[in-house]
Amino acid sequence: MKRAPSHSYPGLNLGRRHESAHKATEVVTFGFWVFLMSDLVYFGLMFAIYITMIDAQAGGPGPHELFDLKSVFAQTMILLTSSLTVGLAMLALKYNLPRSRIVLWFGVTLVLGLSFLVLEIRDFMAMAEKGGIPQRSGFLSAFYGLVPLHGLHVSVGCLWLIVLGIQLRVFGLTDLLMSRVVRLALFWHFLDLIWIGIITIVYFGGLTYG
Amino acid sequence: MDKRSEMHRRERRRYVIGYGGSLLLTLAVFLIAYTYGIETKGVYLAISLLGLAQLIVQLVYFLHIDRRRSSREDLDLVLFSTLVLLIIILGTVWIMGNLAVRMHTYPM
Amino acid sequence: MTSAESGFFGRLSWDAFPLAGLIQTPNANEIVANTAAGIVIVGVVAVVGLLTWFRLWGPLWRDWLTSADHKKIGIMYVVFAIVMLARGVLEGVVMRAQQAAGPGDGFLEAEHFAELFSTHGTIMIFFVAVPFVFGVANFLVPLMIGARDVAFPVMNQISLGLTVSAGMMLMVSLVVGKFSTGGWTAYPPYTGAAFNPGVGPDYWIWAIVVSGIGTTLTGINFAVTIYKLRAPGMTFMRLPMYCWTIICSSILIVFAMPPLGVAALMLAADRYLDFHFFTNDLGGNMMNYANLFWLFGHPEVYLLVLPAYGIYSEVFATFSAKRLYGYNSLVIATMSIAVMSFTVWLHHFFTMGQSALINAVFGIATMLIAIPTGVKVYDWMATMFRGRIRFSVPMLYGLSFLMLFVIGGLSGVILANPTVDYQVHNTLFLVAHFHNVLLPGVLFGLLAGYNYWFPKAFGFRLNEFWGRVTVVLWTVGFMLTFLPLYFVGLMGMPRRSFSWEDPSFHPYMIVAVLGALVILAALLSVIVQLWVSIRNRANTRVPVGDPWDARTLEWSTPAPPPPYNFAIIPQITDRDNFAAAKERGEAYPTPDAYEDIAMPRNTGIGFMLCVFSGVWMFALVWWIWWLAALMTVVMLVTFIAWTFKGDTEEIISAEEVRKRHEAWLDLVHTSTPVDRDDETTPENLGLARPDLEVVT
Repeated sequence: MKRAPSHSYPGLNLGRRHESAHKATEVVTFGFWVFLMSDLVYFGLMFAIYITMIDAQAGGPGPHELFDLKSVFAQTMILLTSSLTVGLAMLALKYNLPRSRIVLWFGVTLVLGLSFLVLEIRDFMAMAEKGGIPQRSGFLSAFYGLVPLHGLHVSVGCLWLIVLGIQLRVFGLTDLLMSRVVRLALFWHFLDLIWIGIITIVYFGGLTYG
Repeated sequence: MDKRSEMHRRERRRYVIGYGGSLLLTLAVFLIAYTYGIETKGVYLAISLLGLAQLIVQLVYFLHIDRRRSSREDLDLVLFSTLVLLIIILGTVWIMGNLAVRMHTYPM
Repeated sequence: MTSAESGFFGRLSWDAFPLAGLIQTPNANEIVANTAAGIVIVGVVAVVGLLTWFRLWGPLWRDWLTSADHKKIGIMYVVFAIVMLARGVLEGVVMRAQQAAGPGDGFLEAEHFAELFSTHGTIMIFFVAVPFVFGVANFLVPLMIGARDVAFPVMNQISLGLTVSAGMMLMVSLVVGKFSTGGWTAYPPYTGAAFNPGVGPDYWIWAIVVSGIGTTLTGINFAVTIYKLRAPGMTFMRLPMYCWTIICSSILIVFAMPPLGVAALMLAADRYLDFHFFTNDLGGNMMNYANLFWLFGHPEVYLLVLPAYGIYSEVFATFSAKRLYGYNSLVIATMSIAVMSFTVWLHHFFTMGQSALINAVFGIATMLIAIPTGVKVYDWMATMFRGRIRFSVPMLYGLSFLMLFVIGGLSGVILANPTVDYQVHNTLFLVAHFHNVLLPGVLFGLLAGYNYWFPKAFGFRLNEFWGRVTVVLWTVGFMLTFLPLYFVGLMGMPRRSFSWEDPSFHPYMIVAVLGALVILAALLSVIVQLWVSIRNRANTRVPVGDPWDARTLEWSTPAPPPPYNFAIIPQITDRDNFAAAKERGEAYPTPDAYEDIAMPRNTGIGFMLCVFSGVWMFALVWWIWWLAALMTVVMLVTFIAWTFKGDTEEIISAEEVRKRHEAWLDLVHTSTPVDRDDETTPENLGLARPDLEVVT
């Protein structure tokens, strides 16, 4: 592998003139990593509970009746693409690209995030119509405990994106905001990782073993 | 300035490679599911392995986790978390699976 | 009730207040409940009144509530923990009195007794042990690693706010409504909506969720602080043992609090939204709860006891005037305990019905974890061996700990055997076991630390005589209360029973209640010691800052330390850096130059989130939906508004630092060093004459 520049986080390299900011950002980013790992345990446990409850359908509708793989595929594509665009947004900030580019990538990420949420909620509504509500069975409780939890994270990500957008407009690109953008990007990538777990375990696992 | 744009290009390429890789792996997963159906454990094994591969691709290309010295701390953190997570999840599945079998709620 | 449920106040009505019960059915049970509620109300009124009388609201707000200084936050944690400790001890005494009043039903109703053991457990674990441990850690860690503050000072304040607001919910539950009767573990389906539709389990759930968030943030904070903010030259193998235990404990928090949050929130989903995670019907599985809870519960035990081990390590080294024996083995033991604590959770439910193989695997893992703990005990004993031991108060706690904790540990190894566990699980044997590890282990450790570091925090020593009395009372009280429980446990007395019939239990119960009274005396003695010490503080001042001839970095600062801790960040060259510097005669260097220091500015966010989250919890417990929704929005807006504040630091000028530091250095140079024999005399101003013969 080629020797890469000495920075570990996407966009962490704030340049030579920002040594102290660099150190501060490193601390904060590491802290955010630790938080993400704690969050990961949250998700991991929800996955474990889901696995133990795949059979607890109590005569209610199961994965085969409820899951719509086409919609899941669309959501996967949207989230994956948004993971790319959030990275590009950060690069645009880091390399001082024209404002229009920054706005573009931020905007695209937000739109993708929101459309992901819309699709997800449409899925839930379709499931509910077929009797797939969390009150129906342990299996459905586990499903609704996990997938909307991810959705909630995406919503928080969207809110964060909006707030950061406003702050960037008000304060310009300060070191503090740059470090927040780095964390937002990490958070967003992390959500994409969780989503891979969800399609593999919740959807495909549910269809195979449910 | 030239060095900066060179770095920019390199970093952007990293994202694009990660995106392309993830895209291919996702398409492969859904293609397998579409062609072979999602009923057998063999198919599911293939799907999970592809999922795992995608996790690693994204960790490396999006989250920049690798064995470089500067990201060693993150790598250590991620590895330790994975260890704890495996203990927790596998332990839970083992215990609860065993209980389900013994209570005859799980079809052997 | 049903008509009120959708109203403006949710399901809150006048019946929720205990006085209503006393008027309807006046009996001993109601009197106890009303006394408890009365104490809370009188306490609040008294505090408010005193603050107003002495015009302390301003200083309280400026110097404490809005402070982001880790030392002050630490002290506030400890104060909170001691207040909660008082309640927990009182509840324990009432419970022992109830059981001693047998055979038969005693003076409390079963329901009330169940509330008592539920709050006692919840308070002692979540609102005494955790805040006490992390209060001490808050005060010490930055000082020990040579940093000016923790990594995230404001987040630290928020953690405190959330912990306190959750603790306040338990106080509120005494006055409004009733707390859970489901024990501190709150197992469903008993705590599910079907069996327990009241507010009790909801109080438990939200207190646990909110304090859990606070604790998680603390864990993140300290992991990052120790990982990233160590002074230059302080490699991991030069880290004080105490900091090692805190970093392990923080890692445990980061990974073990989520299971608790998951379990509590799932229980909330079951109760509020009619989900089926743990219900009896429609595929719910209560065994998942036991599994989740103990995934948290076991690491929790170690995240409490490891920091106590750390305190003992510092205490044994200092009061034996020797370097800590077997530092490397202690580090390895601490880390192995941290990792292994994730592999033993099943021993809390050996009897749930899984196969013998699984029980055997977890039983063996549990026995293995005793090995690193044993290593530690030997290391501490070897530290004392041929040391110049002073039997000061912290050391006495340490000795009491060594002897009693080994008994508790060994009873744990006995319980680790599934076949034995089948016989004694759910008996008082178990209660004796965990009190035997938690009191001598955690509480004595914290009290040792309190006596040891008090002069550092406040600038004067605690009273030696009353300290000794306290140690004796705690030790005797503990032994009288809990050692008999081993025997009644083996005789088959179940835990958590408000009533019993077998007359052969009676003598043990009497001894236990006498012990409980001694523990109560010990608690009073803690307060007396503090009172006497404050009154005599003119004779015990230690402004130079090193009253015990101690070894680690925090003692190289003035007592109390300045807000910025270190005028100049020290360069670390040794493991016990301060001891080594004293040996070389370079303990108090004069810096060449001073520089401006940036410290976090005061902020009200922690306090605001404390209040808002408290109201939020109350609204959720009582189904006041509009208020809960409002508070969610308010908290969100508060937090976002805070992120718009750019200027979060204030500068302390180099000139001011220089003045302060030079004044202190003058004091150092004019004070007479004292010998260890004069440690407790007024001559001890905190400048130690190193004991050169045994310093290594």
